[in-house]
Parts: sequence; C-alpha cells; structure tokens
Amino acid sequence: MLKLELRNVVKRFGENTVCNGISLGVEQGQMVCLIGASGAGKSTVLRCINLLEPIEDGEIFLDEEDISIPGLNPQNVRSKIGMVFQNFNLFPHMTAFENAILAPKRIRGLSKVDLNAEIEMLFERFELTERMHNYPDQLSGGQQQRVAIVRALAMKPEVMLFDEITSALDPQLVGEVLDVLLQLKAQGMTMVLATHEMQFARQAADKICFLKDGKVVEEGTAKEIFNTPKQAETKAFLERALK
Amino acid sequence: MPKYKAAGMTRRELYEHQQRRRSLIIAGISTICVVVTIIFLVPLAPGWEKVQKSFFNGAVLTKTFPKLLDAFRVNIMIFAWSAPAIAILGLMIALARDAKSPALFPLRIFGAAFTDIFRGVPVILTVYLIGFGIPGLGLPRPWNSPFIWGSLALILTYSAYVAEIFRAGIDSVHPSQRSAALSLGLSERQVMKDVILPQAIRNVVPSQMNMLIALQKDVSLLSFIGPVEIFRQAGVYKSLFANFTPYVGAAIIFLIVTIPATRYADYLMARQMRERR
Amino acid sequence: MSKKMIVSAVALALLATNAFAGGHCASGKTLEKGKFTIATGNPAYFPWVMDDAPESGQGFEAAVGYAVAKEMGFAKEDVVWVRSSFDEAIQPGVKNFDVNMQQYSITDERDQVVDFSVPYYTAPMAVLVGASATGTAATIEALKNLKWGAVGSTTAVQKIANSVKPNNAPLLYADNADVNAAITANQIDAAMFDLPTALFLSAVMIEGSKVIGQFPSSESDDADQFGMLMEEGNPLKSCVDTALNSITKSGILASIEAQWLQDTTGVPLIK
Ligand SMILES: Nc1ncnc2c1ncn2[C@@H]1O[C@H](COP(=O)(O)OP(=O)(O)OP(=O)(O)O)[C@@H](O)[C@H]1O
Ligand SMILES: [Mg+2]
Repeated sequence: MLKLELRNVVKRFGENTVCNGISLGVEQGQMVCLIGASGAGKSTVLRCINLLEPIEDGEIFLDEEDISIPGLNPQNVRSKIGMVFQNFNLFPHMTAFENAILAPKRIRGLSKVDLNAEIEMLFERFELTERMHNYPDQLSGGQQQRVAIVRALAMKPEVMLFDEITSALDPQLVGEVLDVLLQLKAQGMTMVLATHEMQFARQAADKICFLKDGKVVEEGTAKEIFNTPKQAETKAFLERALK
Repeated sequence: MPKYKAAGMTRRELYEHQQRRRSLIIAGISTICVVVTIIFLVPLAPGWEKVQKSFFNGAVLTKTFPKLLDAFRVNIMIFAWSAPAIAILGLMIALARDAKSPALFPLRIFGAAFTDIFRGVPVILTVYLIGFGIPGLGLPRPWNSPFIWGSLALILTYSAYVAEIFRAGIDSVHPSQRSAALSLGLSERQVMKDVILPQAIRNVVPSQMNMLIALQKDVSLLSFIGPVEIFRQAGVYKSLFANFTPYVGAAIIFLIVTIPATRYADYLMARQMRERR
Repeated sequence: MSKKMIVSAVALALLATNAFAGGHCASGKTLEKGKFTIATGNPAYFPWVMDDAPESGQGFEAAVGYAVAKEMGFAKEDVVWVRSSFDEAIQPGVKNFDVNMQQYSITDERDQVVDFSVPYYTAPMAVLVGASATGTAATIEALKNLKWGAVGSTTAVQKIANSVKPNNAPLLYADNADVNAAITANQIDAAMFDLPTALFLSAVMIEGSKVIGQFPSSESDDADQFGMLMEEGNPLKSCVDTALNSITKSGILASIEAQWLQDTTGVPLIK
C-alpha cells in the first residue's frame, strides 16, 4: 500500500505546463528524492502535494484517499503533511518556540500548558533547547532550518516534504540539517525531498526521480540512477551535477 | 611610540576621530554664521518693525498662549478618538479589499470605491459635506453634533489612506510566509491574523506615524463646522487684537507636538531601512 | 420776565425764522436751490423704508431723513427722494443726491472716496434663533441655556462671552453662510449678529428663523455704524452733522429708532 501517490498530475501556470502528467508512488517510511535542473518542476510537485497549488488534472492520494478533489478543505491534508521551504520559513515576529507552538495551538485546540512539554521535547531532540526562545534573526541559517523542521513536526505529520532546504545555507551548515533528515528517516518518517545535494540523495534516498520539463524522465533506486542511468537525459544531467 | 597607540586607538580610529572633529567644527562655524546673519540682517529689513509687532508680539503672546493651549485640548480630544477609529476602519478596509471569497465581492468593490472617493476629495470638503450635510437630515441632538460628524469625516478620509498603507504592508510580507503558514494547516484567517498582519503592521508603523502627524494637523479643519479648537481660537484672537501673533502661538504649539513625533517617525523609518539592508 | 429769557426767546425766534427762510447753513450748498435731495435704495425695504415709499416718512431711514431735513430748515415738501444703486453711490464722482441713506457702514476705505456724516445708527447686536428656539424669551436667563454660534472673526464672540455667558461653549464659524448651515442643521439654537444682518438672514436666508431680541447698542461692540453718504468734499457735511447731532441730543433719533427698529421689527430689547 502506497502512503502517497500521484497519478498523472498536470499543473499549469497560464500557458506554461509545469507538471505534465507526473506519476509517483511513495511507500510508508520511504525517502524519495526529486532531482532535476532548475525549473524542472520539483517545487511545484511538492506544493501540489500539499495542496498549496490546485492541480489541473490527475489525482493525488494520501493513504489511498483522493485528496485532490476540487473543493476539498485543504487544512486537514496539510496538517498531515508537513513542509519545509528553502528560505523565509520562520515567522520573524515569533520566537522559535512560538513558531513551533502556533499551529498545534490553533488547530489541535490544545492550550499552551498542554503543549509545552511536547514542544520542548522536540527542541531537545534536535538539540535546539538553548535556542528555543530566540527570534529567527538571532539564529544561524542551519538552526533556522532545523527550527522549521521542528515546527512542521509539532503538527505530528505523517509525511514530510522538503524543498531544497539546504540550498540557501553556507556549506558548513548543510551537514547539521541533513543529519536531521537522516534522523527522521531512521525514525520511519515518510519523506519527499526536492534537492540539489546529489551526494546526500545517493546515500540516503530509497528512491530517486529525475524530473525534466514537468515529467518524470526516470526513476529508480539511488544505485540504478547514479550507476546505471537508462535515459540519456538523466546521464547528461548527472554528469553536470556531479562535476 | 606612535601617538595613536598612546590614545588606545587604532590608526584608522584616530584618523576618523580627527575627521569627525574637523567636520563638527566646520558645521558649527557655518551654522553660527547663518544664524547670526539671520538675527542681524532680518531686523534691518524696512518692514521688520511692523512684522515684529503683528507677528511676534510678546504681550499678545503671553495674553493668548494659555487660552490657545486650552483650545488645543479640543484638538487632542478629537485626535484621541479619531486615531483608533481610523486604525480599525483602515485595517478593515484593507482586509476587505484583499478578500478572496466571492461572497465578499461586494465588500471588495465597496473597499475600492471607498478608498477612491475619500482619497479623491479634499478633506475640507468632506468635513463640510458630512459635518453639515448629515446633521441637516434632521438628526436630534446630540447626534447632530459637529464633533461627531466632523470626526467621522476625518475618520473616513484618513481610513482610506491608512487602508492603502496597510495593503502595501500586507503585500510587503514575503509570499513564502503565507505558504509556510498554510502548509502548517492554518486557515486563511489564522494565517492573516497570526502571521501576515503582525508583520505587515510592523512594516508600516513609520508610514502610519506620518499619517498620525498629518491627522493631528487636519483636526483643525473641524473648526470650519463649529468646534473652537486652537486654529479657530487663534483666529478669534487675531480679530480681537488685530494681530497675527496668536497664529504664531498656535504654530508653536503644533510644532511642540509634531516635531518630536516627526523625528520619531524618521527614526523608525531609518531603522527599518537599516534592517531591510 | 428776566432779561435773559427775553434774549433767548428772541434768539430762538430768529433761528426759527431763518430756518423757514430755506436754511442758512445749507443754503446754496444743495444740489437744487431750496430742496434737499435724499437718495435711497432701489428698491428700499423694510424696516428702513416702508412699502418702498420714502415720501411717506414711514420706516427708519425715511423718518430720519425727514427729521434731519426739518432740523436743517427744509419743509416736508422740499425733500426730494431719488433712487440710487448701492455700489454706484460709493464710487468717486459727481452725485445726483445731497445725501444717500441705505445702511452704508462707515469704513475707512469708503471714506477715502466719499464723505460720511456722523452716524445716524449704531447697529446693535441681536439674537437670531433657529426654528426650534423661536419661543425663547428675550432675557439673559433664557439665552444662557441656548447652544450658541457666531462668526469667529466678529465681535459677536465677545458679546456672547461677556453678555450672555452661555452654559455651553459656543461654536464658531468662518462666515455667515456657515452659521446659517449650522442653524439649519440644528447644531446651534442661536447666533449673534448685528441687527441689520440678523434681520436680513432671518427674512431671506434661514427658513423658520427669528430675531428674538437685541442688545442696547454699545461702543465696545465695535459694531457697524451707518452714516449718510455724500460726495467727497461736500460742504453740506457740516450742516448734516450739526442736524444729526442735534436730533441725537434731543432724543428724536432714539425715538425714531425705537419706533421703527424695535417696535416695528418686533425685536425687543433684551433684559
Ligand atoms: N506561481 C507561479 N506562477 C507562474 N509560474 C510559476 C509559478 N511557480 C513556478 N512557476 C514556473 O514553474 C516552473 C517550475 O518551477 P519550480 O519552482 O517548480 O522549479 P524547480 O524545479 O523547483 O526549480 P528550482 O530548482 O530552481 O527550485 C518554472 O518555469 C517557474 O517559472
Ligand atoms: Mg524549487
């Protein structure tokens, strides 16, 4: 049974078809990496999964339930699917802790007292306890992204989407963020990543999809894609990316 | 041992220190020159004596100043109840104009018409039309008071401007903030209230400060429909003493309030510019 | 009978004789020999001239005209009335009248181009009330309770503050039209104007309004004073002034004013 499935998803921005029939299956606990050149449509796929963008055609299933029915209230879906973005993630007018507690407080309807312990645990788990009451601009880029992950986790999501969460970071900060992803994988989180970190994808991904012009050109295990790519386009992309 | 080592400064610090001193001295000297020129030359002008007597008359000033301050309390009163109303109405109109749900379409149209109309008509006309017009429909006292309807005219006009500033503030919040908030499962309303608005409002505080300063001055327009605030009181004294000094007195009182406020707004604006960079 | 009394009786008789002879002061100085030509408005109206007929001597200015003429020694039939437009008369130039009476306020600017007699009328302050307050009594006590308004640049402001001392702070406006608007909108009950302005506004501008009282005219009001207008340098001025001073002193002027501007207009003095 697939945790998450896309069937022939089509997304257009005006005349521009950004997703041109994308199909993708993600199993429970799998980490799937979307790779591809800039503009290939990786971010858009993730945004469609989280219902931030309505799709023109096709279906998206979560636990075999169609979540892409037009008119469906997206809030329930979104609280089950966490998402972290490249940058401008955190709310700058709130401390790290307030960032994390906002959505659970509002949506799960729990009081601050009830949530406190739970949220503090999360910060502790990701070694952010000391930074808990700082504002975003007092945090390093890496810490900010980790807080953003903590914030998403505070909603107890079943699936996590990551959109190039390390690409705005200084190289020495990338590691700490990727470590968090590994930690999550170890705990069995189902994850979909859009990434340019080829080495990380190669090591950690259970499945890799290569996107080009809004289509899945090739998919397979890390080994298959990196060692024996079938498509010429995949080969060309990887040659450039790994240089 | 070099001199800068002795002073506990680096070479550059010493250089900048000297530069600063130099420019301070130059600025000081040129300021003194200008002020001295004004003080000595202006009284030499042939009309100075007359101007002094009718604009800077100490006796008239001492006689009228306390009463002018008294009248200024009326300005402050009108300001005090108009400003919060403007903030609330302005925000509501800004939100109405950005409303997405089709059910709120009339609200959007209304918001747009509202801002177009009240930004397009001079404040004084609005004050006249609303201040005399609506009470003329036959409202009983005290509901026909010029204080109420004059204030409403100010509130409507200023809300139109304030709403546009709020909208600009809402637009200035990066769209990712919205995405991030939505992706957490928050509703549109919650996103607006908890995430967008707090940032938007903070972004526009300096601009809104400037609106407050303008409002403080425009409160005087209510004098045209009856309330005896500082401008009218000064006018009464001008006629009584056939002397313009009361107007100068009123200007002084305005400046006492608006200069610090203007400075503060500029400071906020400058700080925001620094933060943006 | 004392000698003194006889002398004064003779003097009086002499004076009277001279007067009947065509006026020794004014003789030769009038437009037309033996006639005194007075101009009035076209039309002239209540309460200054009744029914646009100055020859009847009815109305304040008509009555004053005849009183002055009589004082100067003209018989009633020697008074000639002509019409003139208001603006034309205050322009410099040759006039078709000896004196012109149509509520000309004496101002410095006008005095540059024409001559004015001493004032024959000092406009008193009067109370104009809107439709809702026409029942108010003409007493300070009653006036105190009204909501007041006035034009901010006039002495009416001081009159309200010093004479009425109302319970509520008055509202002040830029001009008469705004005061009208405030009365019409029922934002104020009463406004202070000089009497002629008040009469005009109540008759022409503000429906349902009424002038309910006037204050005794006083120097401190700095109010409008009406004078007879003459051509610049007219030698008749001293005769007219003497006559006016004399009917002022004798109380004739005051009684004319009482008759036409208090009784006829129905605007009583405020107590
Ligand atoms: N809101 C939008 N409106 C119009 N066009 C859009 C919008 N968002 C994305 N696009 C277009 O969709 C295409 C795919 O964009 P997308 O951000 O999904 O690419 P990407 O694969 O994530 O690229 P990158 O690696 O640079 O992040 C691009 O051509 C982009 O211009
Ligand atoms: Mg992207």
